[in-house]
Amino acid sequence: MKQVLHLRINGQPYEVYVPVHKTLLEVLREDLNLTGTKHGCELGECGACTVLVDGTPRLACLALPIELQGHEITTIEGLAAGNTLHTLQTTFAELGAAQCGYCTPGMLLSAKALLDHHPHPTRDEIKHALVGNLCRCTGYAKIYEAVERAALRQADKETWFQVDE
Amino acid sequence: MPHNDTFSIIGHALPTIEAHAKVTGEVRYADDLTLPRMLYGKLLRSVYPHARILHLDTSRAEKLPGVFAVITGKDLPIKYGIMPSSQDEEALCIERVRFVGDPVAAVAAIDEETANRALALIEVEYAPLAPVMSIRDALDERLPQLHDYADHHNIHKFVSLEFGDIEAGFQAAEYIREDTFFYEGNTHLPLEQHAALAQFSSDGKLTLWSSTQAPHYVHRALEKTLQIPRARIRVIAAPVGGGFGGKADPLAHEIAACKLAMLTGRPVKITLTREEVFYTHRGRHPVLMWIKSGVKRDGQITALHFKTILDGGAYGSYGIATTYYSGALQTVTYKIPAYKFEGMRVFTNKPPCGPKRGHGTPQPRFGFEVHLDKIAHDLGLDPAEMRRRYVVEDGTQTVNHLTITSCGLRECIDRVVEASGWKNWQAVGKRQEVENLSRGTQHAARRRGLGLACSSYLSGAGLPIYWNDLPHSGVIVKVDRGGGVAVFCGSTDIGQGSNSLLAYLVAEELGLRPADIQVFTADTDLTPVDLGSYSSRVTVMTGNACLQATRQIKQKILQAAAEKLLVPAESLSMRKGIVICEDDEQRQLSFVQAVNLAEAKFGTLSSTGSYTPPKRAGPFKGSGVGPSPSYSYTACVAAVVVDTETGEVKVEKLWLAHDGGRALNPQLVIGQAEGGAYMGVGEALMEESAFRRGMLKIPSLLDYKSPTTLDTPAIQTILVETLDPEGPYGAKEAGQGPLLPVPPAIANAVFDAIGVRIDQVPITPELVLRALEEKAKGNAPRVGPKDFPNVKYPNPIKVEPPTNAPRLGV
Amino acid sequence: MLRLPAFEFLAPTALDVAVKTLATYGDEAVLVAGGTDLFPNMKRRQLTPQFVIGLNALRELDGIRQDQGNLVIGAATTLTELSNHPLTQARFPALATAAGLVASPPLRNVGTLGGNLCLDTRCNYYNQTHFWRQALGFCLKKDGDTCRVAPGGKRCWAISSTDCAPVVIALDARVQLVGPNGTREIPARALYRDDGIHYLTKAHDEILTAIVLPPAAGLRSTYLKLRRRGSIDFPILGVAAALRFAPNGLVEHARLVLGAIASQPITVTAAEKILIGQKLTPDVIEAVAEAAYTLAKPMDNADASYAWRKKMVRVYVARALAQLGEPMPATNHLPA
Repeated sequence: MKQVLHLRINGQPYEVYVPVHKTLLEVLREDLNLTGTKHGCELGECGACTVLVDGTPRLACLALPIELQGHEITTIEGLAAGNTLHTLQTTFAELGAAQCGYCTPGMLLSAKALLDHHPHPTRDEIKHALVGNLCRCTGYAKIYEAVERAALRQADKETWFQVDE
Repeated sequence: MPHNDTFSIIGHALPTIEAHAKVTGEVRYADDLTLPRMLYGKLLRSVYPHARILHLDTSRAEKLPGVFAVITGKDLPIKYGIMPSSQDEEALCIERVRFVGDPVAAVAAIDEETANRALALIEVEYAPLAPVMSIRDALDERLPQLHDYADHHNIHKFVSLEFGDIEAGFQAAEYIREDTFFYEGNTHLPLEQHAALAQFSSDGKLTLWSSTQAPHYVHRALEKTLQIPRARIRVIAAPVGGGFGGKADPLAHEIAACKLAMLTGRPVKITLTREEVFYTHRGRHPVLMWIKSGVKRDGQITALHFKTILDGGAYGSYGIATTYYSGALQTVTYKIPAYKFEGMRVFTNKPPCGPKRGHGTPQPRFGFEVHLDKIAHDLGLDPAEMRRRYVVEDGTQTVNHLTITSCGLRECIDRVVEASGWKNWQAVGKRQEVENLSRGTQHAARRRGLGLACSSYLSGAGLPIYWNDLPHSGVIVKVDRGGGVAVFCGSTDIGQGSNSLLAYLVAEELGLRPADIQVFTADTDLTPVDLGSYSSRVTVMTGNACLQATRQIKQKILQAAAEKLLVPAESLSMRKGIVICEDDEQRQLSFVQAVNLAEAKFGTLSSTGSYTPPKRAGPFKGSGVGPSPSYSYTACVAAVVVDTETGEVKVEKLWLAHDGGRALNPQLVIGQAEGGAYMGVGEALMEESAFRRGMLKIPSLLDYKSPTTLDTPAIQTILVETLDPEGPYGAKEAGQGPLLPVPPAIANAVFDAIGVRIDQVPITPELVLRALEEKAKGNAPRVGPKDFPNVKYPNPIKVEPPTNAPRLGV
Repeated sequence: MLRLPAFEFLAPTALDVAVKTLATYGDEAVLVAGGTDLFPNMKRRQLTPQFVIGLNALRELDGIRQDQGNLVIGAATTLTELSNHPLTQARFPALATAAGLVASPPLRNVGTLGGNLCLDTRCNYYNQTHFWRQALGFCLKKDGDTCRVAPGGKRCWAISSTDCAPVVIALDARVQLVGPNGTREIPARALYRDDGIHYLTKAHDEILTAIVLPPAAGLRSTYLKLRRRGSIDFPILGVAAALRFAPNGLVEHARLVLGAIASQPITVTAAEKILIGQKLTPDVIEAVAEAAYTLAKPMDNADASYAWRKKMVRVYVARALAQLGEPMPATNHLPA
């Protein structure tokens, strides 16, 4: 059964006409061409499809768009402001925290939610915040470093960083 | 080499050239691609592990509205496979299915839901056959044979080689030890599920976008199975969301998508579900191993006899190479004067095994390094010291004719020994109790242990899969009069940074920034052939081809600039966007000016580079597997804490020293080392391809245990940069080697902590607990395979070692 | 991509409407709150309901409030909220712990306490795709006629895998159920039954609306979870323990409940007999651990071998009790 739904994604209003059983993941990727949100299992087991709903991480593969009307959805496409990257995006790029890049969108959104609530997380807090996002490439170390560097840079406390390009 | 041997790009921790696209979600992986009028394809898969197909009726599916085509094995009758000698796969099985998940039919429909409904309407009648589900089953000749072409019944391939005088070696030994080990199978689990999008135009041209690590071999397989000349097929590897070897074979869904596109005249995309990725597999072979070493009292090896049996699953895949690899690299770490290797691969009714990170070598490395740890313990030697004493020497060959161009293993051992506090630990800290859990009458504790292991891996296979004299990698460099540089290469970036490597090398040579270089890769229409991202070959092979092409074009530019500046070309160098005379810095041109002069002088500026590895295969059948331009080396110390009540093992930290030659980008090298070590932890402790009732027990991301942030130890990586003569600027590999020492280092650390040997992986808590129980009962404090099947390997091919190989008593 | 089967979605905005809607559609309808259990199951075609009734618009199911000394937790309270709430952390640390160990952070952000208590039982012959189950020949719980764990038997051995149920039972919680005939409140323990298929006593037309926790009154509680990885995984053993000590140091109240070893949470009633009136000595702990071990009969249908899981009952029970015997951290001394 198709329905007209009104969604707010990355600050923009969208009207979609979709079957109600289509998950947010499918609607983002297939109806709105927002393919930055990835999928690795579609069962809530890997975190690749993590998006933010009102700033809180949740999995697009298990979310019904009909229930998200009136809420603010943020996908990876909404993380940068125009061509200005979010600090986390910059530090992920600088430090090689994205290898194949497939877990990266979900990982970035989980990390953003963490820093929004805890601007100065410990390594342990970072591990716990990202524990639902599986990565097969990095061994996670570069990801922690990127989150830590972003926290420092957001607080303007980064003294040891230098641009090498 | 650049002026003063100082680099502006090489050796710097730069971001990859796709980093921005990856952090913004702009990268378009294969499943992110759509085309107008695109249809969705799905594969129907066998529900039996082993059966004959008696009858297949697609008529009901064909009639379903929204279905555009249904195909079966009859539509794709030609067999294929990655290795020329095991062309045993059918994209859709014709008469026989060989594992649960083997594809039998495919549909193309207006959407995925309709395609799924169509699959349910296809009627298949099977006559089940007895399934062959283990190595022992495969050796049982009463069970049905999977493939007629096998060496013997279900033994796909035998290998039997003997180098040097093995009997003399054992006679010279002062201590001889035998062990058996088992390494369970596991899978790559790239986070991206495979996807393929095919388009066939009415003028007869076929284009396939696929998440593949080896577009060249897909190209070949499509030509063969679809009977279209390669000239009319274009294969484009989309950015790959993780490969690890799982996307290195031509695969059924790629061929089926093409066939469906040809039949319907519409683009067809097939994206595998996670479960289907498990069935596609090509993962780590389960390997049963037997090892016997003779050593002197100080640990010097006098002879090594090693046997393997690989459980290959249902098809050949890379398995013949894997079988050789399960023995070939045992000789490249320590001096071994005599070596006998007997290997075999068997067919079973499971998804086919293939090349996972380390291809065939993590299993024998696990067995060998745990075995050496036992020998060190038996002889009262420090395992680190025993190993470092007999590391192979630069410029020598191994007993099985592999050439060591550079070896930094001794320094790797020294560095991890130092970083981990190993010596202090050996002196005072053994079996340290971390936490006393005593209660009641039981004494229980968490105990810490340290373990060490070493390894080596290829920097690219020295011989191609199809034996020919063609280059393994080709690069074209084109310079635009606007100053832009484009580099074209068939190599495939699977996240390891190979596209960036091309940009770094060109930028370094031409004095530009990576952002000035446009990289076009993995497109069989646009780019010269590179064999693919497997066997850790890209840095050395693509890198050398790229340097050759770049230096040619550089010469033209310098020559034109020299004429203008009235200086010899040899006095010019390129840096920071200028061409400058090092003897007179007033004489300089901008890169753009120099390029325009060169284009005026020579015409359109482009150049090509090719790389063919040195021909080093030994004088015997089977010598094609093992040779490489160079070998990387890794040493690892693992610190574990074992809970003696639960058997749980927690890896606290890994110290990893890796000799990958010069680190062209140390950040990427460390990233590869950390990623490899992580994967090693998963294999050591929790990842396993488990089967039950003829089926994969747990084909999901929930139940196949991929380590989370909380299961992954801290990893300290130390780069040991030997400058290898074969590699670009002295580089070797980093993508696979660092995984190898991790499982044995962990097993050795478990022994150090609690005094029991776990001679198999994964080292699950129940195995640890069982070993502790055996120990408490006074039995051998060990779990692992009890014996090795009494199989008759063929008489070995006896090979004389090269003259510069390690010799007995020297 | 795995997709949901088609359904109609109904989102009543008041509880009475929800109850009526559920009654109207009967067996064709299912309830959903966070969807973290239901939707994966639907994608695997373990359920294919025609109607899905969303509970998220019902304000009656939200919030954590105090009522005459009781703590009343709305069934739609998310697991994240529950684990972070100062009142649960202070008075019922076992519940805060259990809620904080369910699945992974993004799932806890939407998964609810009510949903976790009603979690479908799990079995690795059942939590598989339709294709896989077809290859197996299906099972008693869905589409088949034989249990694959214990063939020949007449029952389903799927495992109660909720982290929160053992805890709320150990805390003597009651649950509120609202149906066409009004509201009833039953002990949390009575919500479950020993059947992998019909694992809840809740009638299909009833909605679990709230969980009522009696005053903690000095109760010490803990929850230990066994699983392979540090996160994401369901429990393969859960141990919930709650003790109250008399001023003289003797145990005066004890509850011990095991999760993830049977089709329902298992209350170790022998633990109460052994513990009450005793000091929590190593011998007493050992005796309770032995009693729990004897009672536990895990089957071969979850991660790790059932023999090891059974052994872990002894270890985890002993560790849980030992933990409760330790001096309490300051936060546990808040008045209830």
